[in-house]
Amino acid sequence: MQKLGMGQAVNQALREEMHRDPGVFIAGEGVGVSIHVNPMLPTHGLLEEFGPGRVKDTPVSEAVIAGLAVGAAEAGLRPVVEIMFNPFFTLASDMIVNHAAKLRYLSGGKSRFPLVVRIKSGAGFGAGCQHSHNLEAWVAHCPGLQVVMPATPADAKGLLKTAIRDDNPVIFIEHMGSYFAPPMPVPEEEYLTPLGRADIKRKGRDLTVVTWSGMLGPAMNAAETLSREGIDIEIVDLRTLTPLDRKTLLSSVEKTGRLIVMHEATRTGGFAGEIAAVVLEQGFEYLKAPLRRVTGPDIPVPVSPPLERFYIPNADDLIAAVRELLP
Amino acid sequence: MDVSVEKKIQLLETMIVSRKFSDALKQLCKIKDKIPGMMIVADGQEAVGSGVCGALEPDDAIITNHRSHNHLLAKGADPKALMAEIYGKKTGCNKGKSGTLHLAVPEINAPCTTTVVGATLPIAVGRAFAQQYRKQPRVTVCFFGDGAADEGSFHESLNLAALWQLPLIFVCENNLYAGGQRYEEHTRVTDMADRAGGYGMPGMIVDGNDAPAVYRAALEARQRAVSGNGPTLIECKTYRWGGHSETDPHEYQPRDEIKAWRDKCPIRRLSEALLDQKVITAAQMAQMTSQAEGVVEEAVRFAEQSPYPAPREALEDVYT
Repeated sequence: MQKLGMGQAVNQALREEMHRDPGVFIAGEGVGVSIHVNPMLPTHGLLEEFGPGRVKDTPVSEAVIAGLAVGAAEAGLRPVVEIMFNPFFTLASDMIVNHAAKLRYLSGGKSRFPLVVRIKSGAGFGAGCQHSHNLEAWVAHCPGLQVVMPATPADAKGLLKTAIRDDNPVIFIEHMGSYFAPPMPVPEEEYLTPLGRADIKRKGRDLTVVTWSGMLGPAMNAAETLSREGIDIEIVDLRTLTPLDRKTLLSSVEKTGRLIVMHEATRTGGFAGEIAAVVLEQGFEYLKAPLRRVTGPDIPVPVSPPLERFYIPNADDLIAAVRELLP
Repeated sequence: MDVSVEKKIQLLETMIVSRKFSDALKQLCKIKDKIPGMMIVADGQEAVGSGVCGALEPDDAIITNHRSHNHLLAKGADPKALMAEIYGKKTGCNKGKSGTLHLAVPEINAPCTTTVVGATLPIAVGRAFAQQYRKQPRVTVCFFGDGAADEGSFHESLNLAALWQLPLIFVCENNLYAGGQRYEEHTRVTDMADRAGGYGMPGMIVDGNDAPAVYRAALEARQRAVSGNGPTLIECKTYRWGGHSETDPHEYQPRDEIKAWRDKCPIRRLSEALLDQKVITAAQMAQMTSQAEGVVEEAVRFAEQSPYPAPREALEDVYT
């Protein structure tokens, strides 16, 4: 099986969908001619393959990039637009929050908005808090949107292909660290990964860790370390925040009786709170111990390497939380 | 270019329906619990919607703003479905989800009324891009007020539309007020159309109370757009007779100013011209008026008799 980085897997999904459907186009800042030329990046080579009619480099104009997607989707195209870094979402947010998410509802179900907004996200590059700020909880809070955050290249490919074919807006958040992580196996054949289904990345019986995106790696490392002590962690990779796979979440907690939610985003108002609420409402009786959150602290992401490392939750943080919960 | 008599009569009919529709709403919104939400009408501005939409083909699109009724009626929306939606009824064009301020009529290519000032522009860019992408000989019209021209989205949208030469007509309906703020209080630019040059597109200034003039300007802009020569900014200079909404006492608008503009009523202006030229008779004019009243009465009756949606229908139509 081929091994790809996440950017390459995204690239393959875009390529396949653009070949399949002439209504799919991509647009954004530097999606064609980029200041970063690297075959590990998601839109590398697409301009050469599909031409400037379908790979649209835009001016630095996030609001109109998102508006382009809304208007073109309503007309029946399948735009895949890119917001270069997650904090720049704020500049596009009116079009996404007030329009992509709401116009179908406002039409009484007459219109559909088959658009994907790809957002690069995640700390770890010393880029600072205006380039690194995980805002998935903001968008997950908006009815009308679907929020997808793949953790592996294989999931990224299958989820993006599904997202492009979906008739509702999808916010597709890619963790940039995964672009440059060691390549992982990605099936070569055509496949679609459904939205709204979590994936158990590691089966275990003692404690459930719910995570997504860039935190899957540290979670898996922590589980590996703990397994040497006979502690058996189950890791649920949510993959999509909305729609949320409550069933997989609850059945895992029913089995293990213990829950930790781990995400890179800051703590207060983070999506871990929603996971906690679902479990407390629907699975309270399963819990043998209080739940824990392992998240970024409530600070902007700092630049200096020791400060940024302090910000990003890691395997040790998770191991410490596990030890608090297990007798 | 001469505008045909038939077209002028059509423009006039559209304006009269718009005015009668508004007249009904101004009464209805005063009745307790009749109409939900804020009532915004556009009396005195009928020539803009009528003239612009009169120049469009059915497959051309419009994206419109909070002051949308005239535009939608001129584009061909069903008055009954609009009125029922304004009432919040199940038979409304959006099943009671949108109400008076967000009317969406995709079946006539008017898929979006947005109340976020300036938001029509980026969406219109996307709609026009789709037409260009598919090589369709069609245009998108983007309606917005003078206040919206101060939003950042105006800048981004005009820049990109000109850069990509999109088949788009930006129609700035300059009614001299942005909310309670007079035009001179929100910009130094005397003519909004002057901003077009800064983006590399033509700007046109038109008397927004002269429906045939608006029609001619829109037709010219449409021709430019479908010929592949890109967007146009048309500034229609007009005036908002009432306040921002029907609950706005609008004391900030001098009463003699309102009177002067009422004297420039676009309906009276066109009808008197047609009467003077003996193109129509007083009897025909009276018939047009009573016909429009009939259309609106029927719409109100339909809305009154329609049921409200069941509460749980609120859960429908978020996703496909």
